[in-house]
Amino acid sequence: MNIALYILFGIGVLFNGLGALALMRFPDVYTRLHGATKCTTFGAIFSIAAIIVYGFASGGAAQQTLAIHAIVALIALLLTNPTGAHAIARAAHRSGVKPWGAVVDKLEEKP
Amino acid sequence: MLAFLATSVVAFVLYLLLTLPSGTLGAWSVEELVTGAILSVVAGLVARNVLFPRDRKGTWADLRLLNPLRLLLFLVYLIGPFLFAMARANLDVAYRVVTRKLRPGIVKLSPGLTTDLGRTLLANSITLTPGTLTVDVDEEDGDLYVHWINVRDPEPAAKQVCGSFPAWARRITQ
Repeated sequence: MNIALYILFGIGVLFNGLGALALMRFPDVYTRLHGATKCTTFGAIFSIAAIIVYGFASGGAAQQTLAIHAIVALIALLLTNPTGAHAIARAAHRSGVKPWGAVVDKLEEKP
Repeated sequence: MLAFLATSVVAFVLYLLLTLPSGTLGAWSVEELVTGAILSVVAGLVARNVLFPRDRKGTWADLRLLNPLRLLLFLVYLIGPFLFAMARANLDVAYRVVTRKLRPGIVKLSPGLTTDLGRTLLANSITLTPGTLTVDVDEEDGDLYVHWINVRDPEPAAKQVCGSFPAWARRITQ
């Protein structure tokens, strides 16, 4: 049981760390958003999965409540994270940030 | 009216979940139940047109989000193809973080979805899956402008970029 929790948390931390690394390695706002949204959402899914497993396996009322709250938080995160990324990307493009090394930019060509 | 009721009920259930162990009536105290009821009525009045918008003719609220069959399909979609695509997306980002092999660009997709709900679902799915990020949406014909981290084709079909997602979004929301 503890080992399962450690594994879930480990995967979560790994992907969250990967998201932070992507912020430093990628060249511009759009590519950085790729790392910042996908990796943090996936990492959070595993961290929250660990909390849910812990909450329902340990059996106390307080822990079960914690697990239910974690599920609500996960749903909110899944909805707001991509929406926020989309808002940032749209705002960046509207204020004239060109994508780095773009092969093609259909939005720029849009009449 | 229906939209108001549905929004209030959703808000009330959410409030109850968040205040879970507070008393003896069920699992809640009387104060929490009363506060929750008042707040969810307010939320229903404010947000009914956001959560359940009126349909194209402007007469009936669009309640298909409440259909249990659609919710079940949505759950199947989340656990099956979506989670798999997300896992692949993260390995893909990991690969690009390490090698820095980028070939970015913004391409245009025409998935041909008619409802706002379907477009939202597809746009959010695209953002969380391999190498793609929705930048802008054309409100009129539902075209999506997608930042693609590894452009293989400057004028791709929707299937090339996001696989079976448009079909799923259509099945769930139309």
